[in-house]
Amino acid sequence: MSDRTNGLAMEPFPARLEDRIETILGRYPRTGSALVPILQLIQEDAGFVSVRAQEQVAARLRIPAAFVAGVVSFYTMIRDRKIGKYHLQVCGTLSCCLRGSEPLLDHLKDRLGIREGETSRDGKYTLSTVECLGSCGTAPVVQINDEYYEDMSPEKIEGVLEGLKD
Amino acid sequence: MEKILLRNIDNDRSHTLEAYMAAGGYRALETAVKRHTPDEIVGMVKDSELRGRGGAGFPTGLKWSFMPKEGDGPSYLICNADESEPGTFKDRLIIERDPHLLIEGTLIAAYAIRAATAFIYIRGEFVRGHKILAVALEEARAKNFIGRRLFGTEAGIDIILHRGAGSYICGEETALMDSLEGKRGYPRLKPPFPAQQGLYGCPTTVNNVETLANVPFIVERGAEWYRSIGRPKNTGPKLYCLSGHVRRPGVYELPMGVPLRELIFDHGGGLSESGRNLRAVIPGGSSVPVLTAEEIDVCMDFDSLAKAGTMLGSAGVIVMDHTVCMVKSLLNLARFYAHESCGQCTPCREGTGWLAKILQRVEEGKGTGNDLDLLLSISDRMQGNTICPLADAAAMPTRSFVTKFRDEFERHLGAGSCPVGRPGPARMSLAE
Ligand SMILES: Cc1cc2nc3c(=O)[nH]c(=O)nc-3n(C[C@H](O)[C@H](O)[C@H](O)COP(=O)(O)O)c2cc1C
Ligand code: SF4
Ligand code: FES
Repeated sequence: MSDRTNGLAMEPFPARLEDRIETILGRYPRTGSALVPILQLIQEDAGFVSVRAQEQVAARLRIPAAFVAGVVSFYTMIRDRKIGKYHLQVCGTLSCCLRGSEPLLDHLKDRLGIREGETSRDGKYTLSTVECLGSCGTAPVVQINDEYYEDMSPEKIEGVLEGLKD
Repeated sequence: MEKILLRNIDNDRSHTLEAYMAAGGYRALETAVKRHTPDEIVGMVKDSELRGRGGAGFPTGLKWSFMPKEGDGPSYLICNADESEPGTFKDRLIIERDPHLLIEGTLIAAYAIRAATAFIYIRGEFVRGHKILAVALEEARAKNFIGRRLFGTEAGIDIILHRGAGSYICGEETALMDSLEGKRGYPRLKPPFPAQQGLYGCPTTVNNVETLANVPFIVERGAEWYRSIGRPKNTGPKLYCLSGHVRRPGVYELPMGVPLRELIFDHGGGLSESGRNLRAVIPGGSSVPVLTAEEIDVCMDFDSLAKAGTMLGSAGVIVMDHTVCMVKSLLNLARFYAHESCGQCTPCREGTGWLAKILQRVEEGKGTGNDLDLLLSISDRMQGNTICPLADAAAMPTRSFVTKFRDEFERHLGAGSCPVGRPGPARMSLAE
Protein backbone atom coordinates (compact mmCIF):
# COMPACT_ATOMS: atom_id res chain seq x y z
CA MET A 1 0.00 0.00 0.00
CA SER A 2 1.29 3.45 -0.79
CA ASP A 3 0.00 6.60 0.76
CA ARG A 4 0.74 10.29 0.88
CA THR A 5 1.08 12.57 3.90
CA ASN A 6 2.89 15.81 4.32
CA GLY A 7 3.70 15.68 0.62
CA LEU A 8 5.93 12.66 1.11
CA ALA A 9 5.53 9.57 -0.96
CA MET A 10 5.40 6.74 1.53
CA GLU A 11 6.96 3.38 1.06
CA PRO A 12 5.07 0.38 2.34
CA PHE A 13 6.23 -1.35 5.49
CA PRO A 14 8.55 -4.29 5.04
CA ALA A 15 6.49 -7.34 4.12
CA ARG A 16 7.63 -9.19 7.23
CA LEU A 17 5.86 -6.58 9.37
CA GLU A 18 2.69 -6.16 7.32
CA ASP A 19 0.79 -9.12 8.73
CA ARG A 20 1.69 -8.24 12.25
CA ILE A 21 0.60 -4.64 11.76
CA GLU A 22 -2.74 -5.89 10.47
CA THR A 23 -3.10 -8.10 13.52
CA ILE A 24 -2.39 -5.19 15.85
CA LEU A 25 -4.87 -2.96 14.04
CA GLY A 26 -7.49 -5.67 14.25
CA ARG A 27 -7.06 -6.01 17.98
CA TYR A 28 -8.34 -2.60 19.07
CA PRO A 29 -11.76 -0.94 18.94
CA ARG A 30 -10.09 2.26 17.68
CA THR A 31 -7.12 2.64 15.36
CA GLY A 32 -5.28 5.15 17.57
CA SER A 33 -4.63 2.51 20.22
CA ALA A 34 -2.48 0.61 17.73
CA LEU A 35 0.10 3.41 17.53
CA VAL A 36 2.36 2.41 20.43
CA PRO A 37 2.18 -1.32 19.65
CA ILE A 38 3.17 -0.60 16.03
CA LEU A 39 6.06 1.57 17.18
CA GLN A 40 7.11 -1.25 19.51
CA LEU A 41 6.97 -3.70 16.63
CA ILE A 42 9.15 -1.50 14.45
CA GLN A 43 11.64 -1.05 17.27
CA GLU A 44 11.76 -4.78 17.85
CA ASP A 45 12.54 -5.23 14.17
CA ALA A 46 14.97 -2.37 13.53
CA GLY A 47 16.29 -1.56 17.01
CA PHE A 48 14.80 1.94 16.95
CA VAL A 49 12.09 4.01 15.29
CA SER A 50 13.63 6.31 12.70
CA VAL A 51 12.02 9.58 11.69
CA ARG A 52 11.25 7.94 8.37
CA ALA A 53 9.51 5.04 10.11
CA GLN A 54 7.56 7.52 12.20
CA GLU A 55 6.34 9.18 9.03
CA GLN A 56 5.36 5.84 7.59
CA VAL A 57 3.34 5.01 10.68
CA ALA A 58 1.70 8.44 10.60
CA ALA A 59 0.67 7.88 7.00
CA ARG A 60 -0.65 4.46 7.73
CA LEU A 61 -2.76 5.59 10.71
CA ARG A 62 -3.69 8.88 9.00
CA ILE A 63 -2.44 11.01 11.83
CA PRO A 64 0.08 13.88 11.72
CA ALA A 65 3.75 12.89 11.82
CA ALA A 66 4.26 15.48 14.56
CA PHE A 67 1.75 13.59 16.72
CA VAL A 68 3.72 10.39 16.28
CA ALA A 69 6.95 12.22 17.10
CA GLY A 70 5.31 13.56 20.27
CA VAL A 71 4.39 10.07 21.35
CA VAL A 72 7.86 8.72 20.54
CA SER A 73 9.49 11.41 22.68
CA PHE A 74 7.11 10.86 25.60
CA TYR A 75 7.78 7.20 26.28
CA THR A 76 11.23 6.32 27.57
CA MET A 77 11.22 2.85 26.04
CA ILE A 78 10.73 4.07 22.47
CA ARG A 79 13.93 5.31 20.85
CA ASP A 80 14.52 7.35 17.75
CA ARG A 81 18.15 6.35 17.41
CA LYS A 82 20.26 3.28 17.38
CA ILE A 83 21.85 2.05 20.61
CA GLY A 84 24.21 -0.76 21.56
CA LYS A 85 23.40 -4.41 21.10
CA TYR A 86 23.03 -4.81 24.86
CA HIS A 87 21.19 -2.10 26.72
CA LEU A 88 22.22 -2.18 30.37
CA GLN A 89 19.65 -0.35 32.43
CA VAL A 90 20.58 0.07 36.08
CA CYS A 91 17.70 0.91 38.40
CA GLY A 92 18.72 3.88 40.53
CA THR A 93 15.56 4.43 42.56
CA LEU A 94 15.51 4.27 46.35
CA SER A 95 15.17 0.56 47.12
CA CYS A 96 17.91 -0.30 44.64
CA CYS A 97 20.05 2.60 45.88
CA LEU A 98 19.76 1.30 49.46
CA ARG A 99 21.01 -2.06 48.25
CA GLY A 100 23.99 -0.89 46.28
CA SER A 101 22.98 0.29 42.81
CA GLU A 102 25.63 2.99 42.92
CA PRO A 103 28.74 0.79 43.26
CA LEU A 104 27.16 -1.42 40.63
CA LEU A 105 26.80 1.49 38.25
CA ASP A 106 30.34 2.68 39.02
CA HIS A 107 31.61 -0.80 38.29
CA LEU A 108 29.83 -0.93 34.95
CA LYS A 109 31.18 2.48 33.99
CA ASP A 110 34.73 1.38 34.75
CA ARG A 111 34.35 -1.98 33.15
CA LEU A 112 32.78 -0.73 29.92
CA GLY A 113 34.63 2.57 29.75
CA ILE A 114 31.43 4.51 29.15
CA ARG A 115 29.24 6.85 31.15
CA GLU A 116 25.48 6.80 31.48
CA GLY A 117 23.71 7.45 28.24
CA GLU A 118 26.74 6.38 26.21
CA THR A 119 27.36 3.47 23.87
CA SER A 120 30.67 1.62 23.75
CA ARG A 121 32.72 2.23 20.65
CA ASP A 122 32.26 -1.29 19.35
CA GLY A 123 28.51 -0.76 19.51
CA LYS A 124 28.06 -3.61 21.95
CA TYR A 125 26.88 -1.86 25.11
CA THR A 126 24.73 1.10 26.03
CA LEU A 127 24.56 2.08 29.68
CA SER A 128 21.54 3.84 31.22
CA THR A 129 20.01 4.44 34.60
CA VAL A 130 16.28 3.94 34.87
CA GLU A 131 13.60 4.45 37.49
CA CYS A 132 12.05 1.71 39.63
CA LEU A 133 11.60 -1.49 37.63
CA GLY A 134 9.00 -2.99 39.97
CA SER A 135 11.46 -5.52 41.33
CA CYS A 136 12.61 -3.80 44.52
CA GLY A 137 12.54 -7.00 46.61
CA THR A 138 15.46 -8.33 44.60
CA ALA A 139 17.41 -5.08 44.46
CA PRO A 140 19.63 -3.97 42.91
CA VAL A 141 18.24 -4.77 39.50
CA VAL A 142 19.69 -4.34 36.03
CA GLN A 143 17.54 -4.81 32.98
CA ILE A 144 19.52 -5.95 29.94
CA ASN A 145 17.37 -5.70 26.84
CA ASP A 146 14.22 -7.61 27.87
CA GLU A 147 15.62 -9.52 30.84
CA TYR A 148 15.78 -8.57 34.50
CA TYR A 149 18.97 -9.48 36.38
CA GLU A 150 18.12 -9.35 40.06
CA ASP A 151 20.10 -9.24 43.33
CA MET A 152 23.07 -7.94 41.37
CA SER A 153 26.51 -7.02 42.69
CA PRO A 154 29.68 -5.98 40.86
CA GLU A 155 30.86 -9.63 41.03
CA LYS A 156 27.60 -11.08 39.77
CA ILE A 157 27.25 -8.63 36.91
CA GLU A 158 30.68 -9.75 35.71
CA GLY A 159 29.31 -13.23 35.23
CA VAL A 160 26.32 -11.82 33.39
CA LEU A 161 28.53 -9.77 31.06
CA GLU A 162 30.57 -12.83 30.22
CA GLY A 163 27.42 -14.62 29.14
CA LEU A 164 26.45 -11.93 26.64
CA LYS A 165 27.29 -13.23 23.21
CA ASP A 166 28.95 -11.05 20.60
CA MET B 1 -2.85 -17.00 57.81
CA GLU B 2 -4.03 -19.33 55.06
CA LYS B 3 -2.58 -18.16 51.78
CA ILE B 4 -5.29 -16.88 49.51
CA LEU B 5 -3.94 -14.60 46.80
CA LEU B 6 -0.61 -16.44 46.79
CA ARG B 7 -1.96 -19.94 47.32
CA ASN B 8 -0.74 -21.17 43.93
CA ILE B 9 2.63 -19.56 43.58
CA ASP B 10 4.76 -22.25 45.15
CA ASN B 11 3.66 -24.63 42.42
CA ASP B 12 6.18 -24.25 39.61
CA ARG B 13 3.43 -24.81 37.02
CA SER B 14 1.22 -22.17 38.64
CA HIS B 15 1.18 -20.04 35.50
CA THR B 16 -0.57 -22.74 33.47
CA LEU B 17 -4.29 -23.15 32.98
CA GLU B 18 -4.01 -26.76 33.94
CA ALA B 19 -2.54 -26.00 37.36
CA TYR B 20 -4.97 -23.16 37.90
CA MET B 21 -7.98 -25.32 37.12
CA ALA B 22 -6.67 -28.19 39.20
CA ALA B 23 -6.76 -25.76 42.13
CA GLY B 24 -10.40 -24.93 41.41
CA GLY B 25 -9.78 -22.04 39.05
CA TYR B 26 -12.51 -20.52 36.85
CA ARG B 27 -15.26 -21.98 39.03
CA ALA B 28 -15.97 -18.52 40.41
CA LEU B 29 -16.36 -17.17 36.89
CA GLU B 30 -18.82 -19.94 36.07
CA THR B 31 -20.78 -19.26 39.26
CA ALA B 32 -20.80 -15.54 38.53
CA VAL B 33 -22.12 -15.69 34.99
CA LYS B 34 -24.49 -18.64 35.48
CA ARG B 35 -25.99 -17.90 38.88
CA HIS B 36 -25.67 -14.18 39.47
CA THR B 37 -26.73 -10.98 37.81
CA PRO B 38 -24.10 -8.29 37.40
CA ASP B 39 -25.76 -6.31 40.18
CA GLU B 40 -25.54 -9.23 42.54
CA ILE B 41 -21.79 -9.41 41.97
CA VAL B 42 -21.49 -5.68 42.60
CA GLY B 43 -23.50 -6.20 45.78
CA MET B 44 -21.22 -9.00 46.97
CA VAL B 45 -18.11 -6.97 46.37
CA LYS B 46 -19.70 -4.03 48.19
CA ASP B 47 -20.54 -6.29 51.13
CA SER B 48 -17.00 -7.65 51.20
CA GLU B 49 -15.76 -4.10 51.80
CA LEU B 50 -12.89 -4.71 49.39
CA ARG B 51 -10.95 -1.49 48.86
CA GLY B 52 -8.76 -0.78 45.84
CA ARG B 53 -5.18 -1.99 46.14
CA GLY B 54 -3.76 0.47 43.60
CA GLY B 55 -3.10 3.20 46.13
CA ALA B 56 -6.18 5.19 47.03
CA GLY B 57 -8.20 2.47 48.80
CA PHE B 58 -11.49 3.42 47.17
CA PRO B 59 -14.27 0.87 47.83
CA THR B 60 -14.35 -1.38 44.77
CA GLY B 61 -18.05 -2.30 44.83
CA LEU B 62 -19.01 1.35 45.12
CA LYS B 63 -16.77 2.24 42.18
CA TRP B 64 -18.42 -0.45 40.09
CA SER B 65 -21.89 0.81 41.03
CA PHE B 66 -21.14 4.12 39.28
CA MET B 67 -21.12 2.35 35.92
CA PRO B 68 -24.26 2.71 33.80
CA LYS B 69 -26.68 -0.23 33.85
CA GLU B 70 -27.59 0.35 30.27
CA GLY B 71 -26.00 2.72 27.89
CA ASP B 72 -25.91 3.72 24.25
CA GLY B 73 -22.36 2.62 23.76
CA PRO B 74 -19.84 0.21 25.16
CA SER B 75 -18.37 0.27 28.67
CA TYR B 76 -14.82 -0.77 29.46
CA LEU B 77 -12.87 -2.32 32.29
CA ILE B 78 -9.17 -1.64 32.52
CA CYS B 79 -6.86 -3.66 34.68
CA ASN B 80 -4.03 -1.40 35.81
CA ALA B 81 -0.89 -3.52 35.61
CA ASP B 82 1.45 -0.56 35.26
CA GLU B 83 3.04 -1.18 38.66
CA SER B 84 5.66 1.57 38.85
CA GLU B 85 5.40 3.06 42.34
CA PRO B 86 8.90 2.85 43.83
CA GLY B 87 8.95 0.08 46.43
CA THR B 88 6.09 -1.89 44.86
CA PHE B 89 6.41 -5.29 43.21
CA LYS B 90 3.35 -7.31 44.20
CA ASP B 91 1.33 -7.15 40.99
CA ARG B 92 4.26 -8.55 39.06
CA LEU B 93 4.16 -11.67 41.25
CA ILE B 94 0.50 -12.29 40.40
CA ILE B 95 1.07 -11.56 36.72
CA GLU B 96 4.02 -13.92 36.38
CA ARG B 97 3.00 -16.65 38.80
CA ASP B 98 -0.77 -16.72 38.71
CA PRO B 99 -1.91 -14.99 35.52
CA HIS B 100 -5.17 -16.92 35.39
CA LEU B 101 -6.19 -15.53 38.76
CA LEU B 102 -5.84 -12.06 37.30
CA ILE B 103 -7.71 -13.08 34.15
CA GLU B 104 -10.54 -14.65 36.12
CA GLY B 105 -10.85 -11.57 38.35
CA THR B 106 -10.84 -9.33 35.29
CA LEU B 107 -13.59 -11.35 33.61
CA ILE B 108 -15.82 -11.32 36.69
CA ALA B 109 -15.31 -7.58 37.16
CA ALA B 110 -16.08 -6.93 33.49
CA TYR B 111 -19.26 -9.00 33.82
CA ALA B 112 -20.27 -7.02 36.95
CA ILE B 113 -19.91 -3.64 35.26
CA ARG B 114 -21.38 -4.89 31.96
CA ALA B 115 -18.23 -4.34 29.95
CA ALA B 116 -17.87 -6.56 26.89
CA THR B 117 -14.24 -5.55 26.52
CA ALA B 118 -11.55 -5.42 29.17
CA PHE B 119 -7.98 -4.23 28.79
CA ILE B 120 -4.94 -5.24 30.75
CA TYR B 121 -2.41 -2.41 30.60
CA ILE B 122 0.96 -3.81 31.62
CA ARG B 123 4.08 -1.70 32.04
CA GLY B 124 6.46 -2.05 29.11
CA GLU B 125 9.39 -3.27 31.18
CA PHE B 126 7.46 -6.37 32.27
CA VAL B 127 8.34 -8.23 29.09
CA ARG B 128 8.31 -11.57 30.85
CA GLY B 129 4.96 -10.88 32.50
CA HIS B 130 3.55 -9.78 29.16
CA LYS B 131 4.58 -13.04 27.53
CA ILE B 132 3.16 -15.11 30.35
CA LEU B 133 -0.12 -13.22 30.28
CA ALA B 134 -0.36 -13.49 26.49
CA VAL B 135 -0.01 -17.29 26.69
CA ALA B 136 -2.49 -17.49 29.58
CA LEU B 137 -5.01 -15.42 27.63
CA GLU B 138 -4.69 -17.81 24.68
CA GLU B 139 -5.24 -20.77 26.99
CA ALA B 140 -8.33 -19.16 28.48
CA ARG B 141 -9.64 -18.26 25.04
CA ALA B 142 -9.19 -21.83 23.83
CA LYS B 143 -11.39 -23.00 26.72
CA ASN B 144 -13.93 -20.31 25.88
CA PHE B 145 -13.51 -18.55 29.22
CA ILE B 146 -12.86 -15.49 27.11
CA GLY B 147 -15.08 -14.81 24.13
CA ARG B 148 -18.78 -15.09 23.38
CA ARG B 149 -21.44 -17.05 25.23
CA LEU B 150 -19.40 -17.84 28.31
CA PHE B 151 -20.56 -21.12 29.88
CA GLY B 152 -23.48 -21.14 27.46
CA THR B 153 -24.88 -17.86 28.79
CA GLU B 154 -25.49 -14.56 27.03
CA ALA B 155 -22.39 -13.08 28.63
CA GLY B 156 -19.48 -12.33 26.32
CA ILE B 157 -16.20 -10.73 27.31
CA ASP B 158 -13.01 -10.10 25.39
CA ILE B 159 -9.67 -9.17 26.96
CA ILE B 160 -7.08 -7.07 25.14
CA LEU B 161 -3.53 -7.07 26.43
CA HIS B 162 -1.67 -3.79 25.97
CA ARG B 163 1.95 -2.99 26.78
CA GLY B 164 3.02 0.39 28.05
CA ALA B 165 6.25 1.98 26.89
CA GLY B 166 7.97 3.46 29.91
CA SER B 167 6.26 6.19 31.93
CA TYR B 168 5.31 6.26 35.62
CA ILE B 169 2.49 8.71 35.10
CA CYS B 170 0.63 6.22 32.89
CA GLY B 171 -0.24 4.36 36.11
CA GLU B 172 -2.55 7.25 36.99
CA GLU B 173 -5.88 6.08 35.70
CA THR B 174 -6.75 8.95 33.38
CA ALA B 175 -3.22 9.16 31.95
CA LEU B 176 -3.48 5.43 31.44
CA MET B 177 -6.60 5.91 29.33
CA ASP B 178 -4.89 8.56 27.19
CA SER B 179 -1.96 6.23 26.78
CA LEU B 180 -4.24 3.39 25.78
CA GLU B 181 -5.80 5.65 23.19
CA GLY B 182 -2.36 6.04 21.62
CA LYS B 183 -1.52 9.47 22.99
CA ARG B 184 1.07 10.86 25.34
CA GLY B 185 -0.04 9.84 28.82
CA TYR B 186 -1.45 13.07 30.22
CA PRO B 187 -3.73 12.95 33.26
CA ARG B 188 -7.17 14.41 32.64
CA LEU B 189 -9.12 16.86 34.75
CA LYS B 190 -11.93 15.28 36.77
CA PRO B 191 -14.88 15.57 36.41
CA PRO B 192 -15.89 13.98 34.14
CA PHE B 193 -15.01 10.84 36.07
CA PRO B 194 -14.01 7.68 34.21
CA ALA B 195 -17.34 6.00 34.99
CA GLN B 196 -18.98 8.77 32.96
CA GLN B 197 -16.35 9.43 30.31
CA GLY B 198 -13.31 7.26 30.26
CA LEU B 199 -11.56 5.33 27.53
CA TYR B 200 -12.68 6.55 24.07
CA GLY B 201 -15.14 8.78 25.93
CA CYS B 202 -17.06 5.73 27.18
CA PRO B 203 -17.87 4.69 30.77
CA THR B 204 -14.78 3.00 32.18
CA THR B 205 -13.62 1.44 35.42
CA VAL B 206 -9.94 1.10 36.26
CA ASN B 207 -8.82 -1.44 38.86
CA ASN B 208 -5.47 -2.58 40.12
CA VAL B 209 -4.19 -6.12 39.53
CA GLU B 210 -4.32 -7.11 43.20
CA THR B 211 -7.83 -5.67 43.57
CA LEU B 212 -9.07 -7.86 40.74
CA ALA B 213 -7.25 -10.91 42.09
CA ASN B 214 -9.43 -10.72 45.21
CA VAL B 215 -12.67 -10.90 43.28
CA PRO B 216 -12.83 -14.65 42.45
CA PHE B 217 -12.45 -15.47 46.15
CA ILE B 218 -15.24 -13.12 47.15
CA VAL B 219 -17.57 -14.76 44.63
CA GLU B 220 -16.55 -18.26 45.65
CA ARG B 221 -16.44 -17.92 49.42
CA GLY B 222 -18.75 -14.99 50.07
CA ALA B 223 -18.54 -11.49 51.44
CA GLU B 224 -18.89 -12.56 55.05
CA TRP B 225 -15.89 -14.85 54.86
CA TYR B 226 -13.93 -12.07 53.18
CA ARG B 227 -14.83 -9.56 55.88
CA SER B 228 -13.65 -11.98 58.55
CA ILE B 229 -10.08 -11.32 57.39
CA GLY B 230 -8.42 -8.08 58.43
CA ARG B 231 -10.02 -5.25 60.33
CA PRO B 232 -13.28 -3.33 60.18
CA LYS B 233 -13.56 -1.39 56.89
CA ASN B 234 -10.08 -2.65 56.00
CA THR B 235 -10.85 -6.19 55.01
CA GLY B 236 -9.28 -9.09 53.21
CA PRO B 237 -5.85 -10.47 52.52
CA LYS B 238 -3.17 -7.99 51.50
CA LEU B 239 0.12 -8.23 49.67
CA TYR B 240 2.89 -6.26 51.38
CA CYS B 241 6.17 -5.54 49.60
CA LEU B 242 9.27 -5.36 51.79
CA SER B 243 12.42 -3.79 50.38
CA GLY B 244 15.48 -1.87 51.48
CA HIS B 245 17.49 -2.76 54.56
CA VAL B 246 15.48 -5.78 55.60
CA ARG B 247 16.83 -9.30 55.98
CA ARG B 248 14.19 -11.08 53.92
CA PRO B 249 12.81 -8.69 51.33
CA GLY B 250 9.88 -9.89 49.26
CA VAL B 251 6.09 -10.02 48.97
CA TYR B 252 4.17 -11.14 52.06
CA GLU B 253 0.51 -12.06 52.09
CA LEU B 254 -1.00 -11.19 55.48
CA PRO B 255 -4.34 -9.95 56.71
CA MET B 256 -5.05 -6.30 56.11
CA GLY B 257 -3.92 -4.41 59.20
CA VAL B 258 -0.88 -6.46 60.18
CA PRO B 259 1.28 -4.43 62.60
CA LEU B 260 4.17 -2.80 60.77
CA ARG B 261 6.65 -3.88 63.43
CA GLU B 262 5.57 -7.51 63.03
CA LEU B 263 5.85 -7.25 59.26
CA ILE B 264 9.42 -5.97 59.38
CA PHE B 265 10.80 -7.89 62.34
CA ASP B 266 8.90 -11.20 62.32
CA HIS B 267 8.13 -11.75 58.67
CA GLY B 268 11.00 -9.77 57.16
CA GLY B 269 13.52 -11.02 59.74
CA GLY B 270 14.49 -7.54 60.91
CA LEU B 271 17.29 -5.43 59.51
CA SER B 272 19.65 -6.88 56.93
CA GLU B 273 22.84 -5.96 58.77
CA SER B 274 23.19 -6.84 62.42
CA GLY B 275 24.42 -4.09 64.67
CA ARG B 276 22.41 -1.46 62.89
CA ASN B 277 19.31 0.35 64.07
CA LEU B 278 16.12 1.16 62.28
CA ARG B 279 15.98 4.77 61.14
CA ALA B 280 12.88 5.18 59.02
CA VAL B 281 10.20 3.31 57.13
CA ILE B 282 8.20 4.40 54.12
CA PRO B 283 5.04 2.34 54.53
CA GLY B 284 3.17 2.65 51.24
CA GLY B 285 5.40 3.24 48.26
CA SER B 286 7.57 6.30 47.72
CA SER B 287 4.65 8.73 47.50
CA VAL B 288 3.56 8.60 51.14
CA PRO B 289 4.91 10.36 54.25
CA VAL B 290 7.79 8.58 55.97
CA LEU B 291 7.63 7.14 59.50
CA THR B 292 10.46 7.36 62.01
CA ALA B 293 11.66 4.26 63.88
CA GLU B 294 9.57 5.40 66.86
CA GLU B 295 6.41 5.51 64.79
CA ILE B 296 6.21 1.95 63.53
CA ASP B 297 3.72 0.64 66.05
CA VAL B 298 0.90 1.07 63.63
CA CYS B 299 -1.39 -1.31 61.76
CA MET B 300 -0.86 -1.59 58.04
CA ASP B 301 -4.31 -0.67 56.79
CA PHE B 302 -5.85 2.36 55.11
CA ASP B 303 -7.47 3.93 58.17
CA SER B 304 -4.76 3.19 60.74
CA LEU B 305 -2.04 4.65 58.55
CA ALA B 306 -4.17 7.68 57.72
CA LYS B 307 -4.56 8.26 61.46
CA ALA B 308 -0.78 8.03 61.80
CA GLY B 309 -0.44 10.80 59.21
CA THR B 310 0.63 8.62 56.32
CA MET B 311 -0.97 6.20 53.85
CA LEU B 312 -1.13 2.52 52.96
CA GLY B 313 -0.73 3.50 49.31
CA SER B 314 0.57 0.52 47.37
CA ALA B 315 1.89 -1.18 50.55
CA GLY B 316 5.44 -0.85 49.32
CA VAL B 317 7.36 -0.85 52.60
CA ILE B 318 10.86 0.60 52.25
CA VAL B 319 13.08 0.02 55.29
CA MET B 320 16.04 2.26 56.08
CA ASP B 321 18.66 1.64 58.74
CA HIS B 322 20.67 4.26 60.62
CA THR B 323 23.45 4.49 58.04
CA VAL B 324 21.12 6.06 55.51
CA CYS B 325 21.40 9.73 54.69
CA MET B 326 17.84 11.04 54.80
CA VAL B 327 18.69 14.02 52.60
CA LYS B 328 20.13 11.81 49.94
CA SER B 329 17.16 9.45 50.12
CA LEU B 330 14.73 12.29 49.64
CA LEU B 331 16.85 13.65 46.82
CA ASN B 332 16.64 10.25 45.17
CA LEU B 333 12.83 10.41 45.32
CA ALA B 334 12.65 14.06 44.29
CA ARG B 335 14.60 13.25 41.15
CA PHE B 336 12.18 10.45 40.41
CA TYR B 337 9.20 12.80 40.56
CA ALA B 338 10.97 15.50 38.57
CA HIS B 339 11.72 12.92 35.90
CA GLU B 340 8.18 11.53 35.86
CA SER B 341 6.15 14.77 36.00
CA CYS B 342 4.23 15.01 32.74
CA GLY B 343 4.69 18.78 32.74
CA GLN B 344 1.09 19.86 32.26
CA CYS B 345 0.77 21.78 35.54
CA THR B 346 3.21 24.52 36.49
CA PRO B 347 3.32 23.75 40.25
CA CYS B 348 4.29 20.17 39.48
CA ARG B 349 6.59 20.73 36.52
CA GLU B 350 8.52 23.54 38.22
CA GLY B 351 8.03 22.39 41.81
CA THR B 352 9.43 18.89 41.35
CA GLY B 353 12.45 20.36 39.56
CA TRP B 354 13.04 22.93 42.30
CA LEU B 355 12.76 20.31 45.04
CA ALA B 356 15.39 18.19 43.32
CA LYS B 357 17.68 21.15 42.75
CA ILE B 358 17.48 22.45 46.33
CA LEU B 359 17.91 18.96 47.77
CA GLN B 360 20.94 18.43 45.58
CA ARG B 361 22.60 21.48 47.03
CA VAL B 362 21.62 20.59 50.60
CA GLU B 363 23.01 17.09 50.10
CA GLU B 364 26.29 18.53 48.83
CA GLY B 365 26.53 20.60 51.99
CA LYS B 366 26.01 23.82 50.03
CA GLY B 367 22.52 24.60 51.29
CA THR B 368 21.71 27.88 53.00
CA GLY B 369 19.62 28.72 56.04
CA ASN B 370 16.50 29.28 53.97
CA ASP B 371 16.55 26.08 52.02
CA LEU B 372 14.60 23.89 54.40
CA ASP B 373 11.74 26.34 54.72
CA LEU B 374 11.85 26.79 50.99
CA LEU B 375 11.39 23.05 50.53
CA LEU B 376 8.38 23.18 52.83
CA SER B 377 6.78 26.17 51.17
CA ILE B 378 7.25 24.73 47.69
CA SER B 379 5.64 21.50 48.89
CA ASP B 380 2.70 23.43 50.32
CA ARG B 381 2.16 25.23 47.07
CA MET B 382 2.34 22.07 44.99
CA GLN B 383 -0.12 20.04 46.97
CA GLY B 384 -3.74 20.15 45.86
CA ASN B 385 -3.06 22.56 43.03
CA THR B 386 -2.64 20.25 40.10
CA ILE B 387 -4.54 18.00 37.71
CA CYS B 388 -3.38 14.73 39.21
CA PRO B 389 -1.90 13.69 42.55
CA LEU B 390 1.70 13.30 41.32
CA ALA B 391 2.51 16.73 42.72
CA ASP B 392 1.14 15.64 46.11
CA ALA B 393 3.15 12.44 45.79
CA ALA B 394 6.31 14.54 45.63
CA ALA B 395 5.21 17.09 48.24
CA MET B 396 4.12 14.66 50.97
CA PRO B 397 7.39 12.78 51.36
CA THR B 398 9.31 16.05 51.17
CA ARG B 399 7.35 17.64 53.98
CA SER B 400 7.63 14.55 56.18
CA PHE B 401 11.35 13.99 55.60
CA VAL B 402 12.23 17.62 56.25
CA THR B 403 10.06 17.91 59.38
CA LYS B 404 10.79 14.55 60.93
CA PHE B 405 14.52 14.55 60.22
CA ARG B 406 15.07 18.28 60.46
CA ASP B 407 18.23 17.83 62.56
CA GLU B 408 19.89 15.83 59.88
CA PHE B 409 18.89 18.29 57.18
CA GLU B 410 20.23 21.16 59.27
CA ARG B 411 23.53 19.38 59.81
CA HIS B 412 23.96 19.38 56.05
CA LEU B 413 23.57 23.15 55.69
CA GLY B 414 26.88 24.79 54.97
CA ALA B 415 28.76 21.59 55.85
CA GLY B 416 30.59 21.57 52.53
CA SER B 417 29.77 17.92 51.93
CA CYS B 418 27.34 15.28 53.15
CA PRO B 419 28.01 14.88 56.88
CA VAL B 420 26.49 11.41 57.12
CA GLY B 421 29.90 9.89 56.72
CA ARG B 422 29.28 6.32 57.70
CA PRO B 423 30.24 3.43 55.48
CA GLY B 424 27.69 1.03 54.04
CA PRO B 425 25.54 0.61 51.01
CA ALA B 426 23.85 3.95 51.37
CA ARG B 427 27.06 5.95 51.31
CA MET B 428 27.64 5.96 47.60
CA SER B 429 27.73 9.18 45.68
CA LEU B 430 24.55 9.86 43.81
CA ALA B 431 25.35 9.45 40.17
CA GLU B 432 23.73 11.96 37.86
C1 LIG C 1 1.03 9.17 39.71
C2 LIG C 1 0.17 7.97 39.94
C3 LIG C 1 0.63 6.72 39.59
C4 LIG C 1 -0.17 5.59 39.78
N1 LIG C 1 0.33 4.37 39.45
C5 LIG C 1 -0.46 3.27 39.62
C6 LIG C 1 0.02 1.97 39.24
O1 LIG C 1 1.15 1.81 38.78
N2 LIG C 1 -0.80 0.91 39.44
C7 LIG C 1 -2.06 1.05 39.96
O2 LIG C 1 -2.79 0.08 40.08
N3 LIG C 1 -2.53 2.26 40.32
C8 LIG C 1 -1.76 3.37 40.16
N4 LIG C 1 -2.27 4.59 40.50
C9 LIG C 1 -3.67 4.67 41.00
C10 LIG C 1 -4.65 4.70 39.85
O3 LIG C 1 -4.84 6.05 39.44
C11 LIG C 1 -6.01 4.15 40.24
O4 LIG C 1 -6.46 4.81 41.38
C12 LIG C 1 -6.04 2.67 40.52
O5 LIG C 1 -5.51 1.95 39.45
C13 LIG C 1 -7.46 2.25 40.77
O6 LIG C 1 -7.53 0.89 41.08
P1 LIG C 1 -8.10 0.36 42.46
O7 LIG C 1 -9.37 1.10 42.75
O8 LIG C 1 -8.32 -1.08 42.23
O9 LIG C 1 -7.05 0.65 43.48
C14 LIG C 1 -1.47 5.73 40.33
C15 LIG C 1 -1.92 7.00 40.67
C16 LIG C 1 -1.11 8.11 40.50
C17 LIG C 1 -1.65 9.44 40.89
S1 SF4 D 1 0.37 17.02 38.65
FE1 SF4 D 1 2.27 16.71 37.49
S2 SF4 D 1 2.07 14.67 36.60
FE2 SF4 D 1 0.01 15.28 37.28
S3 SF4 D 1 -0.91 16.23 35.47
FE3 SF4 D 1 0.06 17.88 36.59
S4 SF4 D 1 2.14 18.04 35.71
FE4 SF4 D 1 1.28 16.08 35.07
S1 FES E 1 13.77 0.65 43.18
FE1 FES E 1 14.84 -0.59 41.76
S2 FES E 1 13.34 -2.02 41.15
FE2 FES E 1 12.24 -0.71 42.49
